[in-house]
Amino acid sequence: MPTQLVSDASPETSPDDPVGRVIATEYGPSDKVFRGVITSGAMMSLVVLALIGAFLLFRGLEIFRDFGFGFITNVVWDPGDGIDKATASFGIGAMLVGSVVTAVIALLIATPFAMGTALFLEFYCPSWLRIFLTSVLDLVAAIPSVIYGVWGYAVFMKYGTSWGRALNEHLGWLPLFHVPSQNFERSPLIAGMVLALMIVPITTSVARAVYSQAPRDQIDAVYALGGSRWSGIRHIVLPFGRSGLIGGAMLGLGRALGETVAVYLVLNLVFRINFEILASVGGNVASLIANKFAEAGEYELKALMAAGLVLFLVTLLVNFAATAIVGRTRGTES
Amino acid sequence: MTTTFIPDTLVKPARPWRRTHRSTLAMLGFMVLAGLSSTGIVAVTGLAGPLGWYVAFVFSLAVLGFLGSFFRDRVVAVDLFATVLICTAFMTVLIPWVSIFYSVIKRGAPAFYKGYLTTDMLVTSSGEALNLGGLSHAIVGTLLMLTIASLICIPLGIIAAIYIVEIKGRFAGVVRFLTQAMSGVPSIVAGLFIYSTLVILVFHSFSGIAGACALAILMLPTVTRTAEEVLKLVPDHLRAASYALGASQTQTTFKVVLPSVRSGLITASVLGLARVAGETAPLLLTSGYFIKLTTNVRNGAIGSLPTYIFSTLGAGTTESVTRAWGGACVLLALILILFIGARSLGGRNKGR
Repeated sequence: MPTQLVSDASPETSPDDPVGRVIATEYGPSDKVFRGVITSGAMMSLVVLALIGAFLLFRGLEIFRDFGFGFITNVVWDPGDGIDKATASFGIGAMLVGSVVTAVIALLIATPFAMGTALFLEFYCPSWLRIFLTSVLDLVAAIPSVIYGVWGYAVFMKYGTSWGRALNEHLGWLPLFHVPSQNFERSPLIAGMVLALMIVPITTSVARAVYSQAPRDQIDAVYALGGSRWSGIRHIVLPFGRSGLIGGAMLGLGRALGETVAVYLVLNLVFRINFEILASVGGNVASLIANKFAEAGEYELKALMAAGLVLFLVTLLVNFAATAIVGRTRGTES
Repeated sequence: MTTTFIPDTLVKPARPWRRTHRSTLAMLGFMVLAGLSSTGIVAVTGLAGPLGWYVAFVFSLAVLGFLGSFFRDRVVAVDLFATVLICTAFMTVLIPWVSIFYSVIKRGAPAFYKGYLTTDMLVTSSGEALNLGGLSHAIVGTLLMLTIASLICIPLGIIAAIYIVEIKGRFAGVVRFLTQAMSGVPSIVAGLFIYSTLVILVFHSFSGIAGACALAILMLPTVTRTAEEVLKLVPDHLRAASYALGASQTQTTFKVVLPSVRSGLITASVLGLARVAGETAPLLLTSGYFIKLTTNVRNGAIGSLPTYIFSTLGAGTTESVTRAWGGACVLLALILILFIGARSLGGRNKGR
């Protein structure tokens, strides 16, 4: 190849061809095709998102027409006799509340721990350990939810139940910790704690990435003024990384809202709006779909599609907000 | 003779980023003290077991830190207190993960016997003795679906990354944003979508291909984002040199940029695979679960590791729960292998 290049480029060897190569700022025809193909391929995420919304809406439209806004607020899931649509009645109010309750518990538990872990990784642990721990963090983020579910069901349930009982014994006068019966298994608190474990890696990695961009010179200035390591974190890193932490927490919230199998395995699905987080009553839209899907008739399936649409829109909204918030601190990265 | 006057208030320059022997010793002493007092607390109160001891340990660290603030500078005491909080937050987070790995191995081990990886469950019910049956059907199904999913997803993911980094088109920001948003789509919604399209309209039954498509949707954001990060690492002077030699953008992308990050792109793909290998919810809706070893991915349900775990756990007997743990063990091993493979490839790429 190089010999050919020389012969093309030097006028001495090819005096008959004095015209040099054309330098153009326009893309050639092959590039135009290439750019067109890549651009259309890149629109795939847009297409998929639009298709998901469109198909779920298409399938669930009848439900929204039949039940209107009541589908969101009602607390009933009755497929009726499966033949006559008039006997069926669907509303995901309890499941929406259950989703929010478990996700908020998860968020409240996970965020402080994620913050501590991110700070530890970024400012406290030696650098050889940091590289190792970062890959461990990536690995645990890839642990499938079914394994979290099995662990929560078979191992953690015992501890969660006893903690729930202890909370109820000592703080039972709070309405939050009140229980109607002494059954503490499969409660929203346990589900929330398992979810918290699942979202810690997400929030931690976002927070860590933001903290690592904190202005080094300002931290050094704090040290120079006689500040301690905590002063540097408190006055420089935390204010700088605040929106990153919020965004990371919201990404975790989105995951917790949409989690299916883990919640299915550790939470008792009951159709009742329940804020008593220790009682064995709860639910979540995603696990409702998994629970009812196998035996659903045609009409009930449409209701599940509608529930899926609601879940899709809620998580999409949370994720849009989270991405926007994270993007604001980090500029180009996300 | 003049004496230099050193005021008491002169601030000594601290080096908070550097650990001295004294501070290490102080920290160790602090830990030992806390350990002793927590042992005392466990002995006196009703707290029991290692977990109770840990709670007492954290509690006594906090109390000791607070007491220490009476003897020390407030700034130092607060710093110590914060250090304790941050380190214990980290250690507390580690406990459940260690417990997960430990219980998966410990409880999964009894499920293994000579034929566990090579037999299916066709003639064995999940409650039968543990020296019968196995999960070959699940392994084969998972591997098949992962292969199809990567055939669909990896080209698309890399194309999206090329669009964002190389072409820098008008919608690059939009594509990034949507990809990020897509990573938050609940897996069950992806399953519902594929069910309502491919399963109902195309295959008219559960199907391995449908399951693979659901996995591809969930995999796309990871592949796109990792590939994007990798492509950004290609130095601009490589592209500039290529253009200067008269290459078109197509040639530059395919002959210069992509070959230089090949291992990085493989890492991106493998990370995406590791992310979806254990997805359960979408498979319940699209590929179903089948107990017989089959390679028919077009029509009919097909086994997979996550659905194997899910269904054997659901059966509820001691043997079937052990089988579920065995499945979890195999699944975790698969993810670990994918992950370590991706890491070692990525590491080599970075080293160059």
